[in-house]
Amino acid sequence: MNNDVFKNIIRFVALVLAQVVIFNNINFSGYINPYVYILFVIGYPFASNRTLFLFISFLLGLTIDMFTDAGGINAIACLVIAYIRPVVLRFSFGVSYEYHNIKIIETGWAERFTYVSIMTVTHHLILFSLETFNASLILSTLMKTLFSSIFTIILCLSFIVLFSRKRT
Amino acid sequence: MQQIINFFIRNKNGVLFLLLLLIGFVLTVQSHSYHRSKFSNSARWLFGGIYETNSNIKQYFHLKTDNRRLVEENMRLRQLLFNGTDTTGNDVFIDTSSFKQKYVFRGANVIKNSYSAANNVLTIDKGSDDGIAPDMGVITSEGIVGVVNRVSANYATVISVLNTTIRINAKHRPSGEIGSLTWNTKDHRLTQLIDVPKLANIKENDTIITGGESTIFPEGIPIGSIKTFSLQAAQNYYDIDVALFNAMTHIGHVYVIENQDAPQIKWLQDKADE
Repeated sequence: MNNDVFKNIIRFVALVLAQVVIFNNINFSGYINPYVYILFVIGYPFASNRTLFLFISFLLGLTIDMFTDAGGINAIACLVIAYIRPVVLRFSFGVSYEYHNIKIIETGWAERFTYVSIMTVTHHLILFSLETFNASLILSTLMKTLFSSIFTIILCLSFIVLFSRKRT
Repeated sequence: MQQIINFFIRNKNGVLFLLLLLIGFVLTVQSHSYHRSKFSNSARWLFGGIYETNSNIKQYFHLKTDNRRLVEENMRLRQLLFNGTDTTGNDVFIDTSSFKQKYVFRGANVIKNSYSAANNVLTIDKGSDDGIAPDMGVITSEGIVGVVNRVSANYATVISVLNTTIRINAKHRPSGEIGSLTWNTKDHRLTQLIDVPKLANIKENDTIITGGESTIFPEGIPIGSIKTFSLQAAQNYYDIDVALFNAMTHIGHVYVIENQDAPQIKWLQDKADE
């Protein structure tokens, strides 16, 4: 138990630093950045205290916002994907996920892709809509969402494979 | 009463969700209004410290371009100095040496740059200890960068020209017509000049400079050149796309301008409003 808490704290700090120092500065073709820090919300243990999880997710987004002077947009986006996560999990992995205490690395490729994609696209859509705050720029918001999502999904899936060990 | 408490306990996740969502929205709305962004935090020590370490490392990669910029600027300033009159047609520093110093320039480094968001905010490594205060203008040798927003002891945040909340008083150099500089978030190389009247004779590649009407920037600091323009059918004003002289993707050293007459002017204008 203690080990898990410690692991999550390390993950939180590492992802925030990586996001702020590296991934926010990529600016591929001017504006496309991956938001890899949501990996924390995606990879948080599936069977866990929901209230605490909501709170930590909000805190994660708020930390990113403080670094980037963005008000509360990352906080809202993180909170929403944390709130809808049980629904997305049930949709992608079927009802049985709740009883099996599985880890994300132990899931199938197609299911994992569905799960990560839904979470990422939801997060990005909320993030960029709130960022522009302007209905007349809806097209550029959607483009931004699409391109950044592709970037984030690829990186998230690679990181899941790279940084998790399979139980033998 | 019991039922109400039970209801909250049963739905504690939903209630927490709504509460945090509300907090998030309040913070977001606040950040969208210039000067009320109370939680603009990267000026504080932790965030400033991390960004400064990061920028110390990155600075080495830009030494060559920084040197070239400095040489170019020195060259221009020397030309101004030794030729007596303005030779480049670029009257940037109007009359600061002869009488009372109206404008004070301070150097600073950008330690956090941002240009891909809709409301970009930069962080510089000078704060109130170095005499930086809100509402000072920030420029590079090539053009304008933004306006100082919040200040801590050692750091300050700067609202970039690439921010939807900023409006900078600008002037079409050939005709002297005044307009406002805004940004539509689409391209970090282009800003929009609005409110220029139809009477102005506008051509492509005309220079846009800062107008003298605000207390933030002195008159005549270069902003950019006109890339495209259109006259809306029903309106009497031009829509102009201005290509910035400054490459906003790479800003290293900046100058912060203090207008020493600003308090006087503001006081007078406040009096006039009453």
